[in-house]
Amino acid sequence: MTKRQLLMKRYIFPVALAFGLIVGSASVQASEEGGLPPAGTNVQDQASLQRGAKLFFNYCVGCHSLKYMRYERIASDLGLTEAEVMENLNFTGAKFGEPVVSHMPAEMAAKWFGKAPPDLSLEVRAKGADWVNAYLNSFYLDPSRPVGWNNTVFPNASMPFPLWELQGLQTAVMTEAKPGEDAKVEKLVLSQPGKLTPAQFQQASRDLTTFLEYASEPAALERHHYGIWVLLFLAFFTLLAAMLKKEYWKDVH
Amino acid sequence: MANVFTRVGDWVNERAPGMAPMYRAHMTEYYAPKNFNLWYYFGSLALLVLINQIVTGIFLTMNYNPSAAGAFNSVEYIMRDVEWGWLIRYMHSTGASLFFVVVFLHMFRGIMYGSYKKPRELVWLLGMLIFLVLMAEAFMGYVLPWGNMSFWGAKVIISLFGTIPYIGNTLVEWIMGDFLPADATLNRFFALHVIALPIVLLLLVVLHIAALHEVGSNNPDGVEIKKGPKGNRWDALKPADGIPFHPYYTVKDLVGVGFFLLIAAFIIFFAPTFGGWFLEHDNFIPANNLATPSHIKPVWYFTPFYAIVRMIPSFLGSAVWGVLAMFGAIAVLFALPWFDRGKVKSIRYRGTGFKVALGLFVVSFIALGAVGAGITAEVIPVWFGDVDVTFWENLFGRLMTLVYFGFFAFLWVYTHFGWEKTKPVPERVTTHD
Repeated sequence: MTKRQLLMKRYIFPVALAFGLIVGSASVQASEEGGLPPAGTNVQDQASLQRGAKLFFNYCVGCHSLKYMRYERIASDLGLTEAEVMENLNFTGAKFGEPVVSHMPAEMAAKWFGKAPPDLSLEVRAKGADWVNAYLNSFYLDPSRPVGWNNTVFPNASMPFPLWELQGLQTAVMTEAKPGEDAKVEKLVLSQPGKLTPAQFQQASRDLTTFLEYASEPAALERHHYGIWVLLFLAFFTLLAAMLKKEYWKDVH
Repeated sequence: MANVFTRVGDWVNERAPGMAPMYRAHMTEYYAPKNFNLWYYFGSLALLVLINQIVTGIFLTMNYNPSAAGAFNSVEYIMRDVEWGWLIRYMHSTGASLFFVVVFLHMFRGIMYGSYKKPRELVWLLGMLIFLVLMAEAFMGYVLPWGNMSFWGAKVIISLFGTIPYIGNTLVEWIMGDFLPADATLNRFFALHVIALPIVLLLLVVLHIAALHEVGSNNPDGVEIKKGPKGNRWDALKPADGIPFHPYYTVKDLVGVGFFLLIAAFIIFFAPTFGGWFLEHDNFIPANNLATPSHIKPVWYFTPFYAIVRMIPSFLGSAVWGVLAMFGAIAVLFALPWFDRGKVKSIRYRGTGFKVALGLFVVSFIALGAVGAGITAEVIPVWFGDVDVTFWENLFGRLMTLVYFGFFAFLWVYTHFGWEKTKPVPERVTTHD
């Protein structure tokens, strides 16, 4: 065997193993998502973030807080002025430097809905953007539930659906119940259209999910911004190191 | 300027004449075999990650609050309000996972090239102690963010000690300082994580390297360069196949550092949770003793050992056997130099039996990791349809546990009775890149 062949033989196994592990874990990752449609969010899309913020502060902040998110940070990250945020988004009366805390008293909320509405600061990190987006699209009318709503992604959720005036009213088509089992939801149909067309609503829910994804990790904006420069620098550094090594090793035979 | 350096050097030399020789003995006059390959990067990389963990850890402690009420909030404060806090935290969390990647590869290298064999048993034992302390360090660090998986992971892992007869329950309460993981647990884990264990770890690393430099490094051919011909360009009495560690391997390791940092930076900046493997989804929910996560599992680097606990059934009315098997899985690694009686070190010249057994050992380790991470429980119904998942998972997991321990049993039989057909080992080291 030539030196080249020997080296090939010695490195093929580890390289193949590493490759197999990466492909394997990626495919497991894909199957773990549980078949939810991809949310298609992009936190770099500032227009989407602004639309999502508007939706959040119009429809969600009545019940849900973002206790780790300051108004000031939202303004600077979303390219908004202090006046714009304080007039159009801040309905809680908080100061500019304060976090987003809902006015709803937790005890009352627990009484009304059976459960206090959770803080949404880290919702996307805990559940994933796909889950949140799918959840927002999966509410349907269910008279058997205390607040009249149910959800196929999170069955028996205790939350009423505030975006119904945008999406319209969905109802469930049930499968025939097998003996001993409850009927399952086969699909959801739009029985009364809302202000938005289905395509527009999908964009709206994606915007809202994008905003919540940003809220769960504002650093994501910085990460992407600096990351590419760090990688370029390291690639250059590695190249220099490799050249240095080659130079030093010239006399090793 | 040069004059200043010389004078400072002379000043130190006059007062501590032993320092310069010590530097030479470990750097410029430490002769390492010239044929190190890719696998030999992971030792220096482990050192790099250790330094990263210590430095980023110091900055994290400045803003972290080790109390049950404040821990989770303080981590989010670091992520959002501390300048560059997100970067420091991601460097620390990614570093923790990469530490295990690097250490697993470093250990595998040792097994592959017989670096644990005489005269390097002590190097191996000290390395295994590092591994053990590292696992304790990582476990306690994982509890500190006080997410829901921190809480439940801590509860499950600590309760393993509860299986010990008679003293188990008392021991569990003593470790936690409470009946559940609570404020007291978090306080002591913080103290151990940032002071006690890092000091032990640093001491062990110094001893590991000191012990290595006594006997000299092994190499991919498993040839003892000290027993080979003498005389190289730098010293007539030193091994002919040796080259000074500095500058040759310092510049070479720098290339490894560059590649490694590229991978690490990619993860830190573009995939810091690594799809839920390095930072888990359930750990972005604050600790809650009333809400159990749907799957309680340790972080990926503990999953092979966790799988062994799960796979061993309890009998004689006790569940201690699984815990014993888990510690046994680490104990057999400690004893590896005495299981393997073969004189030939490197896989390049060892018998086919060893190559096959080592391959199966790697497969069993990865497979057990998959079982411990709950991957098999998910994949079995997808691949095989409507079957008894627990039955097949247990069967697979137990088979793999058997293969894991079987590696050591086989190695002893194979080498003790002289069944291994080895190839002739060359006199001198071969190809280097």
